[in-house]
Amino acid sequence: MAVETFHTLIARNRRNTWLLIVLFGLFFVGLGMLIGTVWIGGTHGGLGLAVLAGTVAFFLTLASYYGGSSVLLGLSQARRIVKSDDPQLFNVVEELCLAGGLPMPQIYLIDDTAMNAFATGRDPRHAAVAITTGLRTRLNRDELTGVMAHELSHVRHYDILFATLVAVMVGVLVMLCDVFLRSRWWGGSRRGSRDRGSQGGAVILVIVALVLAIITPILAKIIQMAISRQREYLADAGAVELTRNPEGLAGALAKLAGDQEVLEVANRATAPLYIVHPIRKTEERSASIFDTHPPIKDRIARLMSLAS
Amino acid sequence: MLPTVIIVGVIVVVIAGLVGIYNGLVGKRIRCQEAWSQIDVQLKRRYDLIPNLVETVKGYAAHEKDTLERVIHARNQAISAQGVKQQAEAENFLSGALRQLFALSENYPNLKANENFAQLQEELTSTENKIAFARQHYNDSSAVYNTARETFPNNLIANAFSFQRQDYFEIEDPAARQTPQVKF
Repeated sequence: MAVETFHTLIARNRRNTWLLIVLFGLFFVGLGMLIGTVWIGGTHGGLGLAVLAGTVAFFLTLASYYGGSSVLLGLSQARRIVKSDDPQLFNVVEELCLAGGLPMPQIYLIDDTAMNAFATGRDPRHAAVAITTGLRTRLNRDELTGVMAHELSHVRHYDILFATLVAVMVGVLVMLCDVFLRSRWWGGSRRGSRDRGSQGGAVILVIVALVLAIITPILAKIIQMAISRQREYLADAGAVELTRNPEGLAGALAKLAGDQEVLEVANRATAPLYIVHPIRKTEERSASIFDTHPPIKDRIARLMSLAS
Repeated sequence: MLPTVIIVGVIVVVIAGLVGIYNGLVGKRIRCQEAWSQIDVQLKRRYDLIPNLVETVKGYAAHEKDTLERVIHARNQAISAQGVKQQAEAENFLSGALRQLFALSENYPNLKANENFAQLQEELTSTENKIAFARQHYNDSSAVYNTARETFPNNLIANAFSFQRQDYFEIEDPAARQTPQVKF
């Protein structure tokens, strides 16, 4: 295997993410058009529905994008700190912002013995990073730097915006399928009987649409989780780009892998933003396609492949 | 009529593209300059922290005069250094002297336990890191700028408007690369 640098890792991650996005987008448009054609009738109906769905998705994204941070931080019982509260943590974040040319984010401490950290905020100018006291006290300076570098990479790569976009797309897609399925059961297929000759073709189209409408929510979820995992790997590589020290983050992840405790303030909604999944109890679970985070073993392995 | 519209359209797009490239290069170059000045900011921070450190250590380890004087001397040399090469040498010397100072705190448990000393140690460690990261950021920005400057089609604009290559921050003198020996 060729020597990896974080540059190649980052490039590969970005490509994979784009592939997934394109796949998702095609799926979205394709399904929208198919449902529209069957439901409303004609390709104009299809196009119209796809455009409508896209518009709804866009505005929902804007709303949650600008709504975001304060709600999340309030939910997680996070306490904002200034330099005198924790000089070392503050210094570490300052150092990383220097390395990345980033403005200083707000820094929060979460009073919980579980070990975790997260980043939030729509762009680097409006960002916040948080870490639990459990994690803060158990890491040495290098490992702390690695963890904060991972979180700042999320901010730097606009992952929060990204995840919001994807989540909204999935939501709209699921909603679309849901509405379509319900309408079909009520016999919304009055049209289409104009032309006897096309009856067979129309039926097949309807069946295809039905099948897709049923499996799409699951498929969309799988793609969403795959994207989330790619972004996690990207953040790991981004952390190395900032610190030039893969062992720091690898050490922190190793400590995190050993932690059995569940983070009390997290829930399913906020889980994807954390550095490791806050609710799963053990790392021995088999890696599932529904995981927001890659297995810690794999993350450590990738990091150590960068270490000289 | 249509061919005219198309030609005008193409010209507009090309000009917009060229303007975009030019502005992009300017933005990247400014980032390099910003990064360069950050290095100086961090270096000065270190100079300001050192007198306080020396005073604290004097209180507990007065007879380690040699080490303390070496630190002060190194600091003054670094402040008065001219040119990148001299400055890099002086900075390296100062780093070494500071390392010796922190090493000797191991022999003085009272000093080590002193909260002021611990704070200063954290501040100086952080400042050393910040200097290193500032240099790293400068090199990274330079790499981004140089890449943009040399790739096609940007290089056409770059040469037309004299965008110079940005030098990387390197320690030129091989002697300065050697780690200073810690002697007791």
